[in-house]
Amino acid sequence: MIHGRIAKKLILYNRKVSIEPVVDKGPGSGMAAHKPLQLKTFLMILVMVLAGPVGNVLLGMGMKAASPVSFWPPVQLLQSGLRVFASVPIWLGILSLITFFVAYMLVLSWADYSFVQPVSSVAYGVVALLGWLVLGEKVSALRWAGIAVICLGVFVVSRTGAQTTSQLPAGNG
Amino acid sequence: MLVFILFTIIVAAGTGGELCVSRAMKRVGEAQSFHPMEIARVTLRALRQPWMWAGVAMMAFAFFALLGALSMYNVSFVVPVTALSYVAGAFGGAAFLGERVTWRRWVGVLLVTIGVTLVFFGKS
Repeated sequence: MIHGRIAKKLILYNRKVSIEPVVDKGPGSGMAAHKPLQLKTFLMILVMVLAGPVGNVLLGMGMKAASPVSFWPPVQLLQSGLRVFASVPIWLGILSLITFFVAYMLVLSWADYSFVQPVSSVAYGVVALLGWLVLGEKVSALRWAGIAVICLGVFVVSRTGAQTTSQLPAGNG
Repeated sequence: MLVFILFTIIVAAGTGGELCVSRAMKRVGEAQSFHPMEIARVTLRALRQPWMWAGVAMMAFAFFALLGALSMYNVSFVVPVTALSYVAGAFGGAAFLGERVTWRRWVGVLLVTIGVTLVFFGKS
């Protein structure tokens, strides 16, 4: 059994040696710790941080156009609801949010959550930017500061790792 | 007053809905492939989970509350405040899913809260 294992290792070792060129590529060449950011990841994150905010801004546009929305009595709420869902920006906004969601799911299927989450918090800044540029909203300095602190907070949250319920035993080679 | 009710619904129902959906999906199990038949099978299984329906209902409720908030306030105010879902997520994960929340994550949660407070008081 043990002999078998050693033999297997030797075979693997020999194969590795025969395949890999024996050239020293300098420090850090052995273990590729940082994979370069792939183009598809970059594109999907770009879609996310654009489609999400655009969707929210479109919803905002639609709701501002439909306002005032009355919540009470229920008959009025129903009327407001019908008015809201008859507007084009609302449906475009929903479509945009669905696009965001699909891109989010796709990128999460190959990239780390702890990488995607802080990067996507850029969307808070994009929303404020779009609100200011497209909708002409006044964004105070205090609000910009708040958005920056939120992004920092999301960054810290994501640095804690995605799983805390179970821990792997210490590695023993 | 209405602003607090709406944001409470957005954050609590949104996070609660996500917790329910994630609970349902954990029962359904992982999809083995992206084959259409497999996706259909997983979808059908998911639709038979009561937690899934509870989750979808809560998320829909949160969406309508978001629309309500957007009818009254600016987008650049509403969306940053919804970041409070990170706070609700940390508490919810600790309370309902038995996740251990590290002190570092609490620091992040505190920062998000401070940021939202700044956005709130920066309301011009």
